[in-house]
Amino acid sequence: MSNSVLFKSSIAKKYFMALTGLFLCTFLVGHLLGNLQLIFKTGEEGRRAFNEYAYFMGHNLFIKVLSYVTYIALIIHAVDGIMLTIQNKKARPVSYAYNNPKANSGTASRNMAILGTLILVFLATHMANFWWKAKITEEIPLHSLVKTVDYPVGQNPATGEMITKPIEVTHYLNTNGTYQQFKVKDPSTGQEQKLFEIKNKHEFYDITSGVKIGEGYKDLHTVVMTFFDKSNSSALFGVLFYVISMLVLGYHLWHGFASAFQSLGLNHPLYTPIIKKIGMAFSIVVPFLFAIIPVIIYMNH
Amino acid sequence: MASKFINITLKIWRQKNSNAKGALETYSLNNVSTDSSFLEMLDQLNEQLINEKQSPITFDHDCREGICGMCSLYINGRAHGPDSGNTTCQLHMRKFKDGDTIYVEPWRSRAFPIIKDLMVDRSAFDRIQQAGGFVSVNTSGRTMDANAIPIAKADADKAFQAAACIGCGACVASCKNGSAMLFVGAKVSQYALLPQGKVEATDRVLNMVRQMDEEGFGNCTNTGACEIECPKGISIENIARMNREFLKGALTKA
Repeated sequence: MSNSVLFKSSIAKKYFMALTGLFLCTFLVGHLLGNLQLIFKTGEEGRRAFNEYAYFMGHNLFIKVLSYVTYIALIIHAVDGIMLTIQNKKARPVSYAYNNPKANSGTASRNMAILGTLILVFLATHMANFWWKAKITEEIPLHSLVKTVDYPVGQNPATGEMITKPIEVTHYLNTNGTYQQFKVKDPSTGQEQKLFEIKNKHEFYDITSGVKIGEGYKDLHTVVMTFFDKSNSSALFGVLFYVISMLVLGYHLWHGFASAFQSLGLNHPLYTPIIKKIGMAFSIVVPFLFAIIPVIIYMNH
Repeated sequence: MASKFINITLKIWRQKNSNAKGALETYSLNNVSTDSSFLEMLDQLNEQLINEKQSPITFDHDCREGICGMCSLYINGRAHGPDSGNTTCQLHMRKFKDGDTIYVEPWRSRAFPIIKDLMVDRSAFDRIQQAGGFVSVNTSGRTMDANAIPIAKADADKAFQAAACIGCGACVASCKNGSAMLFVGAKVSQYALLPQGKVEATDRVLNMVRQMDEEGFGNCTNTGACEIECPKGISIENIARMNREFLKGALTKA
């Protein structure tokens, strides 16, 4: 017998749903831990930590491979889910005139396809908001900081000491960890002079020699903060959309987490009740923590 | 308990044959004893219909003791009616109140085509059973005594619970996907747990699942509706066992 049963049969389709679903649960945990940095660290330190983390996530080879596995898992989960739903609808061509499904099953379990579709809609907008800008169009500004620098304006003829004047100068955070001063301004003439050139949206080049002197961090932190900032007119809608989407995700997980174990044949009189409890806790805690991040950003700004 | 008499309205699915277009018809039935079973109530309605020179309602029934698996009916939105753990023949009219409207529909599944009115063709279950739901035993006269093989009590109990399936199809009827996984899970489990069934275990699960898919039953979403509505209280633990057996079978046969 060919191994096509491992792909075509009804039970195999459920294995794939379960395996990809559980893998995506681990993705949720990883993504959540990254996101929580948005609220647990504040100020420049928090911004720097988050952008450094985002840079690491975008450049580490292991994470890159993992991200492709995640995209594939997501596609399999969605496509398999659609195929299963179509088959399930076909299995009952005439529906009941009077049905009382509440009597024997949970609401979430009966609406996994609808909940999944809503999550897919959320993912599309979520990726358009952040992922598309960060990865495809690179519309994201670089991590910059305005620092006050003592600029020499002349020499005291009596003492020979340098006379300096504090001026505000933009610095870009280099991936080598230093804040690189971008421009100098001559206070007497008021003329600005660039100290290096930014090419390819994030690479720093020395102006005279043309040698690459570093790379900047994308300021994803500011993009997120602006997106959910109160002064941004669409922020309230954004916050609401994210919170509702997390509620939908919670419902999906409420059934999905424990259901995955059952599909894989892992049903045990002792462990199944524990798995169900873990699933309930997971489906409440993870979406809740995701949802409070935009709410806290909105309230604090 | 003193018997009471109630008047009810019935909305019953009438369909001339498998190709005809069916519809819900409304009937009034008076003086129904609350001590009568649901099927006896339908008998009473049929008598009334015959007296009125109308065609009686066709429905499946046999033992009327809750053991044969012939009776079906989707009553007020639930397989075998509002009670749990029993068949329609064991459902009594005391579960209904005077003036109630009761909806009676056949099992709805692509794999269970309607023969007439409330009677559906459940031979898809027979074909699944024939695909692997058996053990091959030498019956030439030297058949080994089944009891000669010791079986752990826990396994024997689980196998017996799975074997309690009467094949009524309530699992398919109440599943939102019209899935037969509980039926097949029970039939796979009752053999998989016993030493006599181990010999053909791999082929059995693969063949029965293939037949189940071919019959056009839906997939399992693990809603658990089937085990709630199963008149024999068969657990979805059996579906998990089937899933394990299937993986084992698919990997060894691949």
